[in-house]
Amino acid sequence: MTDLTTLGIKAIRDGVKAGDFTAREVAEGFNANVAAAEALNAFIVATPDHALSAADAIDAKRAKGEELGAMGGVPIGMKDLFATKGVQTTAASHILEGFTPEYESTVSQNLWDAGAGMLGKLNLDQFAMGSSNETSYFGNVTSPWRRPDGANTPMSPGGSSGGSSTAVSARLAPAATGTDTGGSIRQPAAFTGITGVKPTYGRCSRWGVVAFASSLDQAGPMAQDVTDCAIMLGAMAGFDPKDTTSLDMPVPDWEGALSDGLSGKKVGIPREYRMDGMDAEIEASWDRGKEMLRDAGAEIVDISLPHTKYALPAYYIIAPAEASSNLARYDGVRYGLRDLPDGAGLQDMYAETRAAGFGDEVKRRILIGTYVLSAGFYDAYYNQAQKVRALVAQDFEKAWAQCDIILAPTTPSASFGLGEKDDDPIGMYLNDVFAVPASLAGLPAMSVPCGVNSEGLPLGLQLVGKAFDEQGVMNAGLAIENRAGFTQRAEKWW
Amino acid sequence: MSIDRATVAKIASLSRIKMSDEELDTMAPELSQILDWVEQLGEVDTSNVEPMTAVIPNKLRLRDDVVDADPKTGGDRRDDVLANAPAAEHGFFAVPKVIE
Repeated sequence: MTDLTTLGIKAIRDGVKAGDFTAREVAEGFNANVAAAEALNAFIVATPDHALSAADAIDAKRAKGEELGAMGGVPIGMKDLFATKGVQTTAASHILEGFTPEYESTVSQNLWDAGAGMLGKLNLDQFAMGSSNETSYFGNVTSPWRRPDGANTPMSPGGSSGGSSTAVSARLAPAATGTDTGGSIRQPAAFTGITGVKPTYGRCSRWGVVAFASSLDQAGPMAQDVTDCAIMLGAMAGFDPKDTTSLDMPVPDWEGALSDGLSGKKVGIPREYRMDGMDAEIEASWDRGKEMLRDAGAEIVDISLPHTKYALPAYYIIAPAEASSNLARYDGVRYGLRDLPDGAGLQDMYAETRAAGFGDEVKRRILIGTYVLSAGFYDAYYNQAQKVRALVAQDFEKAWAQCDIILAPTTPSASFGLGEKDDDPIGMYLNDVFAVPASLAGLPAMSVPCGVNSEGLPLGLQLVGKAFDEQGVMNAGLAIENRAGFTQRAEKWW
Repeated sequence: MSIDRATVAKIASLSRIKMSDEELDTMAPELSQILDWVEQLGEVDTSNVEPMTAVIPNKLRLRDDVVDADPKTGGDRRDDVLANAPAAEHGFFAVPKVIE
């Protein structure tokens, strides 16, 4: 019998429905993989009972001949940024350690309603701030991938959704939720050879998702392939009156409309993404991507996104500014950690609690955000960044006159060793240089694996589409997937 | 260096984060490096640009003006609200004495 833990969403859902195996067998298989993979540190908390009870409910429904749902019988990993009722939700921080929500986030509820179960809460960069999964209070996540040099250097799974990327890549879960503020779904997907979609801003409700930068935060699926992402995004998305920025529009049948034929489509290649000193293997993978899309019938056109260079610095004003405001809620009063030295007053309690509860990168961003919003600096920094953001969005608007989809690398390099970029905050931020422009403009974007580099590490290609055109993005992703023949897997060592 | 130690101490205080002298010493050059890097935004001519206020155009909705329009965010959930409080007394959040 097939090892059920090699299967993705579609194969599991269809197999359970057809009676080839039970949902319980699937959940037991993945629960065992999760338990055996502590060396990867992908999960903060495992919830095998949640996965089993959801599976039993699906098996019982099947016995009664009822509908099983779009994700019926599929156990998933849940990034520990989503509030889950009765299950600790930490954002990988000390300040929320032990926080047990009395409510369920809209996205996770939608997934349970679609028949999914939960294998556990996945590790991430603290408050989703990081690009290597080295800022979690609960320790680094290690990628299942290694360089073939025999040194066994622990590699970064990317971030912030590094627990999610590791879990899917190592087959600890057939799929996982991610969130993307400035690349946090796409970059870890690229680093681990999986597929991840950041939908249009507002597609997935932010209600119950621990806030980082509210004008950028979007949830999305991370899975083995494009079809699985289409299925899972369909289950996650939908209008939610509890989120004021939720899109009040129908969720299309993305899975049903998937097609890798791109005749009549124009694919734009932004010339500003070809940067000085660009990694030759990244450039070569981009060229291969162009060939694959041309082979699928698309016309390749050169386009210009002139403000690309300014997107990342604008992001590093806007995101910290919003974070400093959002994270003001952690005060030691209503939930989470309280650090109250003997005889201390209220102000001391705030300052001590936040000093003990936040990690260094989180503090760094709160301080930057507080600075750029402070009296006398607001116009020079924050307002200027929001104007540049408007220009970045206009660049895309103009580009859509010439093309339907944009193709670019997902990241400027393949994965790196944990610790190799620790002393260089800006070097770390540059990981997201290709991902951030689409985030600033709220556009749908995805990363799809396209091969491995000379070190055997996965590389991803990024597709960016017009607002609301997740279908176009995923169709182009499917065209690459069907031509790239990416079948490499990390050799099991954990 | 764009910001010095005293400025970091000031913004740490505004942010309600206690920082030791040692932390201020490490943080000042790091924050300066980041701020020096974002300074390049000043090169962009934005004289005729409105700052972005909504990434995807959307209208602000109002919920129905009724009690408990959505039970998840409605009233009568005091115990749920207090369930994760580090200290709760008599149905309220408890904090150290503020008024002498």
